[in-house]
Amino acid sequence: MNGKSAITIKGVKEGLVFLLDDQCDFVSLLDELQAKLDKHEQQLAGPIVHVTVKLGSRKLGEEDKERIRSAIRRQGNFLVQSIESDAETEEAAAPGNEMHTIAAIVRSGQTIELVGDLLLIGDVNPGGTVRCTGDIYIMGALRGIAHAGYPDGTGAIIAASRMTPTQLRIADVISRPPEEWTSSEPWMEYAYLRDGVMEMDKLTHLHHHRKQVLHFKGV
Amino acid sequence: MGAAIVVTSGKGGVGKTTTSANLGTALALMGKKVCMVDTDIGLRNLDVVMGLENRIIYDLIDVVEGRCRLNQALVKDKRFDELYMLPAAQTKDKNDVSPEQVRKLIEELKPDFDYVIIDCPAGIEQGFQNAVAGADEAIVVTTPENAAVRDADRIIGLLEKKGIASPKLVINRIRPNMLKSGDMLEVDDICQVLAIDLIGIVPDDENVIKGANHGEPTVMNPASRAAIAYRNIARRILGETVPLMHLEEKSGMFGRVKKFFGMG
Repeated sequence: MNGKSAITIKGVKEGLVFLLDDQCDFVSLLDELQAKLDKHEQQLAGPIVHVTVKLGSRKLGEEDKERIRSAIRRQGNFLVQSIESDAETEEAAAPGNEMHTIAAIVRSGQTIELVGDLLLIGDVNPGGTVRCTGDIYIMGALRGIAHAGYPDGTGAIIAASRMTPTQLRIADVISRPPEEWTSSEPWMEYAYLRDGVMEMDKLTHLHHHRKQVLHFKGV
Repeated sequence: MGAAIVVTSGKGGVGKTTTSANLGTALALMGKKVCMVDTDIGLRNLDVVMGLENRIIYDLIDVVEGRCRLNQALVKDKRFDELYMLPAAQTKDKNDVSPEQVRKLIEELKPDFDYVIIDCPAGIEQGFQNAVAGADEAIVVTTPENAAVRDADRIIGLLEKKGIASPKLVINRIRPNMLKSGDMLEVDDICQVLAIDLIGIVPDDENVIKGANHGEPTVMNPASRAAIAYRNIARRILGETVPLMHLEEKSGMFGRVKKFFGMG
């Protein structure tokens, strides 16, 4: 243990949320969960409390989920309502989530269309279009149109080394710089949707926005 | 065996025909045997710019339809013995000739000349397909305007699809004073977007219009700055390393560009 707790318990209106760390190994996580519940045994007695367990980006089989459920259930008044994993919801949101790497200049009149994510090494020129069902990462200048999350993946993002697009589209949201925003930042940026509105942020903040960014995470 | 170079742009009015005429003449001036082919069927201009309109007997359509032999249709230039032109027909249109026919025609010309310069019509339709069919290399002409750069980008994409992988860029009609005031696209901005090799920059010059109206390519007039620019391009085609010209007397302005292309 690195001193930092692997389990955070938060109180919400509906009951309690258990946030489980997704980096440590499962056995020590289970041990700590056990210890934490034992420690607070007396305080936790009382009326029935609904518990939501959040696994972060960890993926668990049914068997392991049952082990978490039974550990929490031993505390008589706790009722596990659901066990959620970001990994599962993201996979459900983006079927065929595969990274395609292409080295090319997408020139005026040309279109790249893909199922999955796109890593483009090169530029997208004005009049050129890249469109895919997942995320778009451009190592180069984005001067044309990028459409991520086509047709309805609102969780998709668009990142580019040089962000000077004609238009950005995520799912069915269309954004037109420079009327809506401009980017002249020296750092790399990405576009994402927040409450249906296109926002820009530093690419280094991407991990706040989304825990599991790429498949090669952790490699 | 010579090389066939197509001069193209996508957008009209950026100076394809002027560039073809001047490069052809400049190469002839340097002792090369050159044939210029006008593929702008129905809207031929190259003969007018070259001042050879009244010498035309047969044209490209006559050749492909078998009404004459190829060398009967070639018009010899009045200034150089080694400079020829194959004029386009004025009566037909682009659909009256196929890319395959043009390819055969260019193949027939290549053994007899050092360079075959193909003047391409504007647009990306049949006329463009015809013009690039027989070409080994391409020169893309653009001007420092967004619309022209867009079309050049489109053309480069189409050329790549045709297997003409590394076209060369000519930026035509640059106005140094507008560049200086920031009202015109910069040379290195254009190069960054188009991402192909720059083979020359040509300043806007009244002599070009004057020369075209008199049927005398500008390149013959060494007092013209555009003429020097075209001669430089011809020298680069021949493989010489020539620094980009300074567009104004006070130098330094294009130092960055020169540096960018390793010529500084």
